[in-house]
Amino acid sequence: MNLRPALPPVLAIVVGLGLAGLAVLALGVSPFQFYGELFSGTLGSGFGFGQVLFRSTPLLFTGLAVGVAFQAKLFNIGAEGQMLLGALAMAVTGTQVGALPAPLAWTVVLFAGAAAGGVWGAIPGILKARTGAHEVIVTILLNFIAFAIVNYLLVQWLALPETVRTASIADTARVPRLSDTLPWLKGSPASWIWVFGVFFATGLHYWQKRSSLGFSFRILGDGEGVARYAGLPVGSLTARAMTLSGAIAGLAGAGFVLGYKHYFEDGLSGGAGFLGIAVALLARNRPLWILASAFFFGLLSYGGFVVNRIVPRELLDVLQAVILLLFILFDRRFADRGTA
Amino acid sequence: MIEAFIAQLLRISMPYALAATGGAFSERGGVINIALEGIILSSAFGAVWGTLSFGSPWWGIVCGVVAGVIIAGIHALVCVWGRADQILSGLALNLLALGATRGLLKVFYNSASNSPRIGGIDLWEPLGFAPAGPLGTLIRQPLFVFSVLAIVLAHGLLFHTGFGLSLRAAGDGPRALDGAGLSVARLRVQGVLLSGVFGGLAGAWLALEQHSFTDGMSNGRGYIALAAMIVGKWRPANASLACLLFGAAEALQIRVTGDHIPTQLLQALPYLITLVVLAGWIGRAESPQKLGEPYDREGGRS
Repeated sequence: MNLRPALPPVLAIVVGLGLAGLAVLALGVSPFQFYGELFSGTLGSGFGFGQVLFRSTPLLFTGLAVGVAFQAKLFNIGAEGQMLLGALAMAVTGTQVGALPAPLAWTVVLFAGAAAGGVWGAIPGILKARTGAHEVIVTILLNFIAFAIVNYLLVQWLALPETVRTASIADTARVPRLSDTLPWLKGSPASWIWVFGVFFATGLHYWQKRSSLGFSFRILGDGEGVARYAGLPVGSLTARAMTLSGAIAGLAGAGFVLGYKHYFEDGLSGGAGFLGIAVALLARNRPLWILASAFFFGLLSYGGFVVNRIVPRELLDVLQAVILLLFILFDRRFADRGTA
Repeated sequence: MIEAFIAQLLRISMPYALAATGGAFSERGGVINIALEGIILSSAFGAVWGTLSFGSPWWGIVCGVVAGVIIAGIHALVCVWGRADQILSGLALNLLALGATRGLLKVFYNSASNSPRIGGIDLWEPLGFAPAGPLGTLIRQPLFVFSVLAIVLAHGLLFHTGFGLSLRAAGDGPRALDGAGLSVARLRVQGVLLSGVFGGLAGAWLALEQHSFTDGMSNGRGYIALAAMIVGKWRPANASLACLLFGAAEALQIRVTGDHIPTQLLQALPYLITLVVLAGWIGRAESPQKLGEPYDREGGRS
């Protein structure tokens, strides 16, 4: 296996963690204490590990969503809005499926989330195919429209009185926590949705390799000209890739809605849609690498709370951004050297 | 009533117009600048910090602009020197600004949501001339007058000077510029830094208008400014007019407080209009031709 593509992301993470150590030192805290607490609090206990899994669950889906689009050279910055609409759709559907047996209820609810996200992803795809409107600016605009729609539906119709949350979903739509089966995780909020995400990523990996549509997406990723030369319908492929990407992002709230709180709440996404871009990039859009990348960013997200006692937890938000910056720099350097 | 509305409209539109002008400098030179959102946020924090630390809103403006230029400087470093992807650099810087301002808010002001209140700039009374009314008050605000002048000058700089011509060439035909013996990299860096200055003014204006820093207060203004810049075809004056549209929607939102029109609908309106305009009217050919492409002197590699 060629490990060269893994070099820039690993280097970015190492240098980023080093810089974080320097920042910690500047704040008057020992870097070793910082790293010690960061890793023992996240990886050293069952509860911490479960928290990391919980936080990596939405990142896994948004990472896969962005990655699927990236493979076709499409830039989905709209995962945040797609995720929110999907999560709201899941929460609403979840209240209506009480009569269904559990596995069927989960399926219906997940489909609702994917459908809502898919519709929101389809719009920039269709616009790009029809009018050439760039998907970056369109998905940014659609994020804000989605925020307004979600806010409107929540405030005017769906929220329980005096709250910013919806009614709880039916018992049959609730996905059990992992700690019910693995007591070692000690009541942490990770649920079987994470396991579903692992299967989903694995399935996506094989689908991209074996299916003709997955293959067509990759040809499109080599450039529109290449795809046209190969006789592929570029417009329709663009629309389909963005729809698939949106549908996957629509599932990103499942860990929260089905597996943890069992309702939709204002601010549920926590920026997972944007962070998914970093998750996908460092993993080079490969579904199996995204599993690792989502875990790492989930670790940093929960790590902030772990180290908050000694340094402001926002330091780790900054670290995530710095790692992304370092990665795109290193990646460019390596690519230049590789072909020179 | 109508005068008050116009004054409010101008106040609300100003940060958009300043940021859109900044965006035009960066993008005319060939560098996409999504980092405007982070620039506005950082400079709003810088403005509040400067005002509280040095006791004068003028220092606040200086610090705000410096903060904007720092973020823009990183963007220039990553995109021009590092030749990395410009959209990704911008997104990363927005995440960075959001985390950093939130952390600094805690470190300096021990709050998770907002800074202490700051005062504004005293109104001018040049030669004892002191018009009353909402519009009169507005034109006596030195920062308002200065900002309008800055936008007009920016438009002139970009379209009626040698520097503007070179900068636009860096975005449209860098190879020819290089052939003429001018440095594409230097011009692009200057364009991005100028976007930091104008984005910084936008952030400072925002902070001084709202009299404090609140977490995430840029609230999408950088993205909207970018959309306005595209609608205005990468021209500061036209983009500023487009910004009035967004200002109008926001001003209406404050005024229309009834059950007839949901405020969320008004919130979404400018985004919807932009979407329709972008999808329908503006073709790709309008953008600077080499926008988003790193320039490679040797050629052939990318």
